[in-house]
Parts: sequence; C-alpha cells; structure tokens
Amino acid sequence: MSLNGWLQILLFIALVLLLAKPMGSYMTRVFERRRTWPDGVFGPVERLLYRVTGIDAEHEMRWTEYAVAMLAFSTATLGLTYAVERLQGLLPLNVQHLPGVAPDVALNTAISFTTNTNWQSYVPESTMSYLTQMLGLATHNFWSAAVGLALAIAFVRGIARRESSTLGNFWVDLTRGTLWVLLPMSFVFAIALVSQGVVQNFRPYDKATLVEPQTVTGADGKGTTVTTQVIAQGPVASQEAIKMLGTNGGGFFNANSAHPFENPTPLTNFLQLLSIFILPAGLTVTLGQMVGSPKHGRAVLAAMTILFAIGVTTCYWAESQPNPLMHNVAQQRTEQQSGGNMEGKEVRFGVANSALFATVTTDASCGAVNAMHDSFTPLGGMVPLVNILLGEIVFGGVGAGLYGMLVFVVIAVFIAGLMVGRTPEYLGKKIESYDVQMSMLYLLIFPLVILGFAAVTVMMPTTGLSVLANKGPHGLTEILYAYASATGNNGSAFAGSNWNTHWYNYSIGIAMFVGRFLMIVPMLAIAGNLARKKIVPASAGTFPVTTPLFTVLLVAVIVIVGALTFFPAISLGPVLEHLLLHAGHAY
Amino acid sequence: MKKHITIAILYTLMTSVLLGLAYPLAVTAVARLLYPKQADGELITQDGHLVGSALIGQPFTGPGYFHSRPSAAGIGYDASASSGSNLAPTSKALIDRTEASVAAEQNGAPVPVDLVTASASGLDPDITPAAALYQVPRVAAKRHLPVKSVEALVQEHITQRQLGLLGEPRVNVLELNLALDAMAAKG
Repeated sequence: MSLNGWLQILLFIALVLLLAKPMGSYMTRVFERRRTWPDGVFGPVERLLYRVTGIDAEHEMRWTEYAVAMLAFSTATLGLTYAVERLQGLLPLNVQHLPGVAPDVALNTAISFTTNTNWQSYVPESTMSYLTQMLGLATHNFWSAAVGLALAIAFVRGIARRESSTLGNFWVDLTRGTLWVLLPMSFVFAIALVSQGVVQNFRPYDKATLVEPQTVTGADGKGTTVTTQVIAQGPVASQEAIKMLGTNGGGFFNANSAHPFENPTPLTNFLQLLSIFILPAGLTVTLGQMVGSPKHGRAVLAAMTILFAIGVTTCYWAESQPNPLMHNVAQQRTEQQSGGNMEGKEVRFGVANSALFATVTTDASCGAVNAMHDSFTPLGGMVPLVNILLGEIVFGGVGAGLYGMLVFVVIAVFIAGLMVGRTPEYLGKKIESYDVQMSMLYLLIFPLVILGFAAVTVMMPTTGLSVLANKGPHGLTEILYAYASATGNNGSAFAGSNWNTHWYNYSIGIAMFVGRFLMIVPMLAIAGNLARKKIVPASAGTFPVTTPLFTVLLVAVIVIVGALTFFPAISLGPVLEHLLLHAGHAY
Repeated sequence: MKKHITIAILYTLMTSVLLGLAYPLAVTAVARLLYPKQADGELITQDGHLVGSALIGQPFTGPGYFHSRPSAAGIGYDASASSGSNLAPTSKALIDRTEASVAAEQNGAPVPVDLVTASASGLDPDITPAAALYQVPRVAAKRHLPVKSVEALVQEHITQRQLGLLGEPRVNVLELNLALDAMAAKG
C-alpha cells in the first residue's frame, strides 16, 4: 500500500460525497416535475413521447399497476434485444459479418441486459455486431437504469406520502430519468472519454503489421508465424458512458474496462469510478429531501461510506501482498513499480486502482471490471464477493441500491423497536407485520437462489464442475460468485470458467430474472403499504433514524444478516484458499 | 393491463431509435469533429502501413526488443480476443507459467512482477519503469548500443502519473521499441 494509492482513494470518496448533494437535489426536482434548466430541450421530446404512445402523464398508479407497467416494459425491451441478436446477420452495421447469435446465448444476454446485470457469457468482439451493441445492448443500459431509478423514486414516495393509495406514474418516472438524467450525462461523459482515447467509430477491424513477427507453438507442437494484429473497433465511448452511469457494466469488449480502448488512461478510470457512484450517492440526498428529512438521507449515506471504507481497505491491503508461491519475482513496491499481485491487472492502474475499482463495481451493482477478479488474492477476491452477497446496497446500483438499502432500514428499525419494546416507527409510520414479512421475503429470496443453484451445481461433476478454470476451494468461489453476481444483477465474474454452456446460460438466466423481478414485487408491496399509512407523531419511544447511533445499527444489521447467511460458504471458498495458499498448496 | 402492453411496445420502439441510434450517432459526429485521431484508436502508421495502436500492446519476445508482459488474449496480444488468464493465485498453471517467464527474463536479480504476470486485457500496452530498466542491459548488448543511451531512452519514455496523482508510472512498450529501432538505425 502506498501514500499515493490512499490519496487516490480519498480523493475519490471525497468527490463522491461532494457531488451527492447537487446530483440528488437535481434528481428531486426532476422526479417532482419541477422546473429544471434542460426543460427547453427535453420538454418537447417528453410531450411527443407521451402523445404518440398514449401515456396519460397525470394518471397516478397503485403499486400493482406500477409493477404491471414495469413488467410490460421490461418484457417488450427484452423481446427487442432477443430479436436484434438473432437477426443481426441480416441487419446493417455488421462490418465483421457475424452470424445471428445462438438461442441460449441470445436469451441469456437479453435477460442479462434487461435486468441490469450485464452478465456476458460470450466474447463481444467476435459475437455482437455494432448494431446489436448499440440497439440491442446499449439501449438496455439506459432502460434498465431508468427502471431502477423509477422504482427507487416510487419506494421513496411510499415513505413520503401519507394516506395515499398511489406511488406515481411509472412511464413518467421512466421518461424523466432517461431524458433529464441519463441521456445528457452520458453524452457529455462519452465525449470526455473519446478525448482520452476511448474509440468511437464504425470501422471494420484494423489489421496492423507486427513490428516483431512472432512464432507461436501450437498445442500440436508445430510453430506458426504471426505477422499481423487484428484491432477490434466500434462505437465504444457512447456505450461505455451509460454502461458506467447506469451501473450496468457490460463491456463492449471481452476485457471490459481493462481493455485500453474502453479505459485508456488513469483519468478515464477515475471518471468511470465516479460515474458508478454518482447517481446512487445522489439518490440518498433525493431520499432525504423527498421524505422531508435530509438528515436521514445523510445517515444512510454515512452507513454506505463506512461499508465502502472497510471493503476497499481490505481489498487494497490483500492485493498489495506478494504471492508466496512465486519465486525470483520482485513483488515489493518500489519507486519504479507498484508491486503486489499483478496477475490480471493493468500496469497503468496498478494495485490501488484495481482494488478500488473491484470494490466500487461490486458495492454498486455495476459489474464492470478493470482487473480480473478471478486472479485476485483469496482475500482480495473475497471483498467483491462479499459486497455482492450483502445485496449491493453500499451505494448500490442505480435505484436498486437505494431500495435494497431501504429494506435493510425497515429491518433495522424493526429490530430497534424490538429492543425498546415499542411498535417500531419509520419516519412517523408504524412498521407492522406485513412490512416485515415482505422485507424478509425480499432478503430471503436472494440467498435461496444463490446457495440453491450453487449447491445443485457442485453436485454435478460434468455439467457443473468440468467447466471450472481453477480447482480446489477457488473453484467453489467461482461458482458462488457466478450465482451471486447473477442474482445480485452485478454481472462481473470470476471469468476464467467457460460459463457459455446450456446449464449455466439457462440457470444463470433464471437467477438474474428472479434476482431482479421477484425482488421488486415485495419491494413495491412494502412501498404501497407504507404510502397508505397515517403519520404518528414522534414520542419518547420513537427510535430516531437520523443519528450516528442509527447509522451504526444499520451497518450492524447489514453485516450480521450477511454473515449469518453466507459465512459457511465464504469459509469454504476464499478463507480456506487463503489458508492453503500460505501453507504452500497449489492446484 | 392491455393498455400498458400497447404503451410498452410503442415506448420501446420510440426510445430505441433515440437511445440506440440517434445517441451513438450524435456522439460519433461530435467525437469525429473534436477528436478524430482518438476516435479511431490512435493508430500508428510507418512508411504508409499500419504498425499498431498507441493504446494496444504488441508482443515482443526477441532479445533485441523490450519485452511486453505475457498475454492471455487469443494466441497473445490478439486485439480481437481480449482476455486475462483468470488463473487463481493457487493455480499450478499460473506458477508454472510464471516460472517459465522468470527463466526467460532473469538476469540475476529478481524479475519485476509485471514482466512475468499476464495483464487483465491481454493487451496491456505498458510495463512498469522497473520492468523496462531491468531489460536495458540485455537490449543494449544485443543492439551493440551503449547502456547509458538505452537507459536514457527508457527514462524519456516514462509516462508519469496523470495530473501528478492518478494511476501508476509506466512505459509504452510499442513506442519505446519503435524509438529503439530509430535509434539503432541512426547508429
């Protein structure tokens, strides 16, 4: 670990906290349909959209109608992506003449991008045409993020409103989030990325002549001489911008944000990190403003920051350690190198930025990577896994992070109520058995899917285990990570294994689907139920949700729920691998 | 229910044109206008033909060139198949591969770690200053150039942290080797 590394991490978190207020205040204005400066540009587009599609912008929806509209929209967009993937061979902008995508991959990918997961079982540069990337995938980066935003706002309205049966209008929230927030920010960000070297073109792949031709020995022992290098191109910057801002994470290239064309400089890396956290951090301010308690928003933000700090410290420390199995290798940090575990990391990012990125991308449900998590040290790789298993509520995905966190808030308030022996209240609303039941349902679906699928998979030697890239406890971690990433809609992977098989494509598809939509329904049910309630005046028995005590309780609840659920699995994976590594075992 | 299905289909079609076509095309237009070289991938041409991109690494394994890092992209630095090795720290394959690299690179002192480990993309254009300086004696001997001038060339090609803070110091291997060729040609 170095001073410079820590300075970069501190600058990052300082900027996130600084930008949260303006970002959050802007989103409050946008979703409360107050006047904002881009009204002149997007107002006409908004009205045109409503007129053509027949949306009644003044109509208010109950939680059930909100859910139906959201599901109808998600299904329609899923259908479009599946069709574009299957038909790409017949469509334009296919400079590499790629054939239509196979059905299981196409379905897995369509679900993956619809659910904001962006799990990728394929190699993009040899599978997807430019049109598919733009029209089939980048569109989902907008849509799924806007859906997340809309749902978070609906949940916040549920807390804010009193004796109301409705949560707002899904279509209006979707449109305002897309046009006022995601689209303009992506545009500016994309241009900034191009200025640093992120490519944006429709060229056929370029073919360079190698400066030094290479002789490669194949598996059959025969040598072949390679004289050229094919350089994949594409409209990358436009997709990269929304991939990060929308916490989607699906790379234009296989190597994702490690690829020099997606993330060429330390500055693009820093901006990408900021763009993952800026909307989720801002939403805590929006929460505070909309429920009329900015201090509550800050208490939630503080809890997130504490959990982030623990994660990044652990990961940075672990990745700075040498691999004890390597000999005659200089792994210490010096003036000339950052040292540490450099397998699967880029020189321009080094250990500090790789550890920071891995923590941020899994705190949020982003899933973009600038280093390969599969090659992290056991404890370093445990951090992203644990982040996902906690539910990605540390800042979290756009929207999804906030509503996930608010479910934990309900549980924390409930536990506080039990401790003082009073009916728990949250911002003046009584938390009753229905709310707690739905919260528990939300919290239980998640481990059930992850541990269930992982357990079934490890019992199938051929279908489940033969595809793994690494053996020993690391193999178990790979499987756990895959289902955690899918169910948590993260999309990053311990990517060495061949996940592109029928079993994994379909089972991971189901996990992504359940992890998104089956969890949204209980969440909206809580929101709908909260909106109906009266406000009870605060009394001496009310547990305040604005104090440091509340922040500590919230962090404790998150950690304890996570630990109780996943500790056995974690100890058989990364913890065991760590012990074996230092005992000198390799597999 | 039926109403929302109709809206969903129309809404998907309209916004897909806006977000899937108009937006990327607008970004492309502005990018081409402001940053044409960057938008195309900072391609390097020499004597009229393309020799690579300043951002994408190339394989160098001969003794007369500065070596790049091991690569897991395709058959190595295949920029249409970017990938890391994804080998675990407890993987025998990783330890064996590293030992082979160490044997190939070693000049007595321990080898800088980045020179014997594969990058995340398999296309890492850079090595650390430590890895570049480590190779100076071998390259200078093979090229019959004074060690001092090769070392000076490396020092010239060190890119410092961006804005004095971000990232890590690094050396672009392709650019360094092209400069080395130019220096050797001048004699």
